[in-house]
Amino acid sequence: MITVDQLKKIKEKNQDIVNFRKEGADKGKGKYRSHVLVCAGTGCTSSGSQKIADKLEQEIKAAGLENEVCVIRTGCHGLCALGPVMIIYPEAAFYSNMELEHVPEIVSEHLVKGNVVTKYLYQETVTENGIISMNQTNFYKPQHRVALRNCGVINPENIDEYIGTGGYEALAKVLTTMSREDVVKCLIDSGLRGRGGGGFPTGKKWQFAMGGAPGVQKYVCCNADEGDPGAFMDRSVLEGDPHVVFEAMAIAGYVIGANQGYIYVRAEYPIAVDRLNIALKQARDYGLLGKGIFGTDFDFDIDLRLGAGAFVCGEETALMTSIEGNRGEPKPRPPFPAVKGLFGQPTILNNVETWANIPQIILQGANWFASMGTEKSRGTKVFALGGKINNVGLVEIPMGTTLREVVENIGGGIPGGKKFKAAQTGGPSGGCISAENYDVPIDYDNLIAIGSMMGSGGLIVMDEDDCMVDIAKFFLEFTVDESCGKCTPCRIGTKRLLELLNKITDGKAEMEDLDRMVELCNLIKENSLCALGQTAPNPVLSTYKYFKDEYIAHVKDKKCPAGKCKNLFSYQIDPDKCIGCGLCAKNCPVEAISGEKKQPYTIDASKCVKCGVCISKCKKEAVYKA
Amino acid sequence: MSDERINIPYKGTPEQESQLAELLDDYKGTKSPLIPVLEQAQEIFGYLPEKVLKTISEELRISLAKIYGVVTFYSFFSLYPKGKYNISVCLGTACYVKGSGQVYEKLQEVLGIAGGQCTADGKFSLEACRCVGACGLAPVMTVNGEVHGRLTANMVEDILAQYE
Repeated sequence: MITVDQLKKIKEKNQDIVNFRKEGADKGKGKYRSHVLVCAGTGCTSSGSQKIADKLEQEIKAAGLENEVCVIRTGCHGLCALGPVMIIYPEAAFYSNMELEHVPEIVSEHLVKGNVVTKYLYQETVTENGIISMNQTNFYKPQHRVALRNCGVINPENIDEYIGTGGYEALAKVLTTMSREDVVKCLIDSGLRGRGGGGFPTGKKWQFAMGGAPGVQKYVCCNADEGDPGAFMDRSVLEGDPHVVFEAMAIAGYVIGANQGYIYVRAEYPIAVDRLNIALKQARDYGLLGKGIFGTDFDFDIDLRLGAGAFVCGEETALMTSIEGNRGEPKPRPPFPAVKGLFGQPTILNNVETWANIPQIILQGANWFASMGTEKSRGTKVFALGGKINNVGLVEIPMGTTLREVVENIGGGIPGGKKFKAAQTGGPSGGCISAENYDVPIDYDNLIAIGSMMGSGGLIVMDEDDCMVDIAKFFLEFTVDESCGKCTPCRIGTKRLLELLNKITDGKAEMEDLDRMVELCNLIKENSLCALGQTAPNPVLSTYKYFKDEYIAHVKDKKCPAGKCKNLFSYQIDPDKCIGCGLCAKNCPVEAISGEKKQPYTIDASKCVKCGVCISKCKKEAVYKA
Repeated sequence: MSDERINIPYKGTPEQESQLAELLDDYKGTKSPLIPVLEQAQEIFGYLPEKVLKTISEELRISLAKIYGVVTFYSFFSLYPKGKYNISVCLGTACYVKGSGQVYEKLQEVLGIAGGQCTADGKFSLEACRCVGACGLAPVMTVNGEVHGRLTANMVEDILAQYE
C-alpha cells in the first residue's frame, strides 16, 4: 500500500515524462529525447496501428536508438478519420494516414537526423513558417479536453504515467482533507450533470445515497455499456485513461459509504476490457484499490462485469438486474437505485464520461468547472462525430458550442460538397436537428427544446442524400430489436410503429396513417416503463416535425425525395446522355439492362433490384433515379 | 429461428469439458456467477450447446429455464455454432448512413444465407452488429475480428475470396 507521500514521489518521478508530450516542453528533462505516441484506440487499431508501432520499435532498435527514443501506445487522439495517427515529441509532429512503408523513412529522417518528414504529416499542420502542433488545427483548436485530457497522451497500461499527470491526487485529497459533505457540495456547486444522457445533477444523486443506517452495504457502479450505435466516447476513455474511472469511483465509495464498485462494460470492447484488467491489477498492487487506502480506514475494490449485448442494459435498473445475473429487464422507479439498487442495496450509477470529470473537479475546484459551458449545462461534452462528415472522430467541446461550429469548422464540413441536412444526437432515444437549428448552442435543455436530446454523445451528420423517413425507420428497427419485452407499450407499440413506417416507405400509406403514427408515438412515450420505450418515438417525432414535407411526399406523391426508399423510385437511362458503352449492362448483377452498342440502353424495371451499380459505373451520368 | 438448426450434434472435446469444469469450480459460491460463466463457456465451445447449459444448471443450481431465458435475452450468446469465419457487419448509425445496409444485403445474396445463419459447408456465418467503434473507416465489417473498412457492396466477393 502506498502513502500520500509515496504518491507524490511517483508523481515527481513521472511528471517530466508526461509533460514532455506537450508543445514547447522542456527538452532537457526525462530519459528519452523523443517520444513517439502511436494511437492504439479501436479506430486506429482497426486500420493497423499496432503493426506500425511494432515496425517502429524494430526500426528504432535497428538504428540503435532504443535508449533515446520510446514508442508509447496511447488511447484515442480523436481524429479517427485520418488513422492510424501518431505524434512525435518534442517537435509535436502529427503524422496521419500512416502506412507501414512510411516507417523506415520517418525513423531514418526524423528520429535519426532530426528532419520532420513533412509529406506524411497531417497537411493542415504544415505551414510556410514550419509545422504547427495539432492543437492549432481547426479540428483541435476549439476543443477543450477535460474528460479526454489524458487520452492520447499517457500510456494507459502504465499507472505511473497516470500518477505523473496528477492521478489519484484527488482521491488522496478527498480521503485526507475533505468530509463527505465537502465533496458533495463541490460537485453540486460545479454543476456537473450526468453525461450518459439523462443529465441529472451528479452531486444530488450522490447526496441521495449518503443517508441510511450506518453499516448498510452500498455499491458504486459505472455504466460502460455504451450501446448507442455510432457512439464511442466512453470506450475511448476506458481505452485511453482507465484509472480515472477507478479514482472517481473510489471517491464516490468514500462519499456514500460503499466498499465495492462494479464496472459494467460491453463485451464488444475487447481492448477496453484488456486495459481495464491491466489497470485494475496495477491499482491493487499499489494499494489504491483494496483495504485501507492511503493508510485510512477506507476500503474499496472494483470488479468488472461484461455486458452481453443488450441495449436496454444501459438503463440503470436494467443494468443492475443484469449484474445480478438476470435478463436485463428494467424495474419501475421509485424506488430509485439510491435507495434500493444493486442486490436491493443503495447504489449510485454514473457513466464513464461523468466519472472522468470528477477528479479534475476535486483538484481544480467547482468554480473552475462551472466557468465552462452554459448556465444550466456546465463543463464540456464529448461527442463522437460520424456519418457524412470529413473529420470523423472524437471531440470534446465546451457546452454551448453551436452545431454549425461542430460540423463546419471542427468536423471539416461534409464530403463531396454536399449540403447539410440534419444531425442526429442521442441515438435511438434522440432526434434529428435540422438546418434551422444550426446555430442553437448545444446543451441539455436546448436540445430537448428542439426535440432531440444530448444522449451519451453520438452525433451523426446527414446530407441531402439521406431520407429522413428511412433514418427514423432505421432507429425504430433498432428499438424493436432491443425492446426487452417486459411492457406492452414498448414491445407492441414500437413494432406497430415500425409497420406504419414500412407502409410509408413502401408507398402504401394514406394521409390518415400519419395521424395514427403521431398518436401511437405519444401513447408509447407516455406509457412505457423505462427510458427505452419512453424515448423510442423521438426519432420519428423529430423527423416528422422538421421534415414533414418528406413524409408527405412519400404518402401523397409516392416519392422519396432523397432517392433512398427503393419502392418509390426506379432507375432509368437518359437516352440523350447514354453513349451505349454497355458498362452498366456488364456490371448489372441481374441482367436487367440491355441494349446494343452505341445505342441508348434501357433498364427492365421488373428485373431491377435497385442495387445502384449502374449509377456508380456510368461515366456519362446517364443513369438517374425517377 | 429455423427449426432444422436445433438438432446440432454435440461435439465437445474432453479438454473443453475439463476447462468447463474448472470454470465452474472457480465460480461456485460467488455472487451472481451466471453471465460471466456463460460468457466464458461460450469462449470455450464457440457457442452454448444444450448439454453445456445442462451442466451449468446442475453445477450452479440455477434452473435450465432461467438459463435459457438469459441466453436468449442477450445477443452476445449463441445456441448455434458459428461458421469457420464469422462475418459481422456493422449496422451502427455511422456505418448505416454510409451504406453498410447495402453491404449486408450483398453478403446475404452472395452467401445465400440470412443474417444469423451459417452456410451449409460451415464456412461462413453472418450477423449484424452495432458499432465496432471503427467509425472513421465506415462502413465496416469484421471477419473473425479482422476489420475491413471503407466498404462498398462491390468489394464483398473479393474479400470473401481471401478466406479459405
